[in-house]
Amino acid sequence: MKITLKVQKFDPEKDKKPYYKSYELDMEPMDRVLDALNKAKWDEDGTLTYRKSCAHGVCGSDAMRINGKNALACKVLIKDCGSKITLEPMLGFEVVKDLAVEMKSFFKKFKSVKPYLINQDPPPAKERRQSPKELDKFDDTTKCIMCGACTTSCPTFWADKDYIGPAAIVASHRFLFDSRDDADEERLAMMNDADSVWKCHTVFNCVDACPRNIEITKAIGEVKQKLLYDSF
Amino acid sequence: MYKGGTGQWAYFLHRLSGAAIFLYLLIHIVDTALLGWGPKYFNYMMQLYTHPLFKLGEIGLFAAVLFHALNGLRICIFDFWVGATRYHSQIFWGAMVLFSVIFLPVFYIMIQRVHF
Ligand code: FES
Repeated sequence: MKITLKVQKFDPEKDKKPYYKSYELDMEPMDRVLDALNKAKWDEDGTLTYRKSCAHGVCGSDAMRINGKNALACKVLIKDCGSKITLEPMLGFEVVKDLAVEMKSFFKKFKSVKPYLINQDPPPAKERRQSPKELDKFDDTTKCIMCGACTTSCPTFWADKDYIGPAAIVASHRFLFDSRDDADEERLAMMNDADSVWKCHTVFNCVDACPRNIEITKAIGEVKQKLLYDSF
Repeated sequence: MYKGGTGQWAYFLHRLSGAAIFLYLLIHIVDTALLGWGPKYFNYMMQLYTHPLFKLGEIGLFAAVLFHALNGLRICIFDFWVGATRYHSQIFWGAMVLFSVIFLPVFYIMIQRVHF
């Protein structure tokens, strides 16, 4: 199958503005967009820059806009994109080169919500027990791979760089609803911040973009409800 | 431009209709305040409102208020029943059906009062 891969290119050291470059490639329908990128880089243009690692939707390195929508290049099949595929970097971050973006601020926000278990009790002899029902409450938000597809699809984030973004809220939700964690008060205070959950306008772009199908708006809604009901 | 789904369009239209309603309210405050300067100015303003452009604008205003109200209720549903987020797209189309059911008859009545 003949395809045209149109990639937004930009080298801040050389170029004034981003521009598009097209690669004509012969691909199998069941190949993934990442395969096409690799082919273009390895056979045609060594300067083409993008991030990838696992190639199996696990590491979260290769989130980008594929035909205008955030997705992982290693999870999208060529046959689902048509013969013309446009690749652009995620919106709202500075471009390092071509499809690679500067994600420092993203991880800073992610870390700021303390995405780790906080429990002051001395660890028991065996494990900290939890029932399947208790696990159900946060199981969905454990699936996050920190690719940034959700946060960079969010109109609030594009307009307001202080917004903590869906990914960080998902990380907070994961521990807030974990029965083994006892930092509720601290976590809720963080989520009640002006730049946090209340800036979510239920746009659902994040839900559509998440390669792990996490129900992000639901998770954000649960945090909002907890903030509301726990204050009575 | 990001290729978002129904949620993104609902959001943009919500903002747009909100801004339009705000603009209308500003003008409305001005025209009511004109009463303070006596009937002359106020009547002149009312006269202006009979212009077909304003009549058409009125239909637009009704559409904006109706959309804003229905979509506002849609958002409230997500706030109170978080499980409904799974059906966000269906709920959007449901709201749009409701919009048409209310808007079309009203449009029919209002358009007959516009005389060019
Ligand atoms: S390369 Fe690891 S998620 Fe795509």
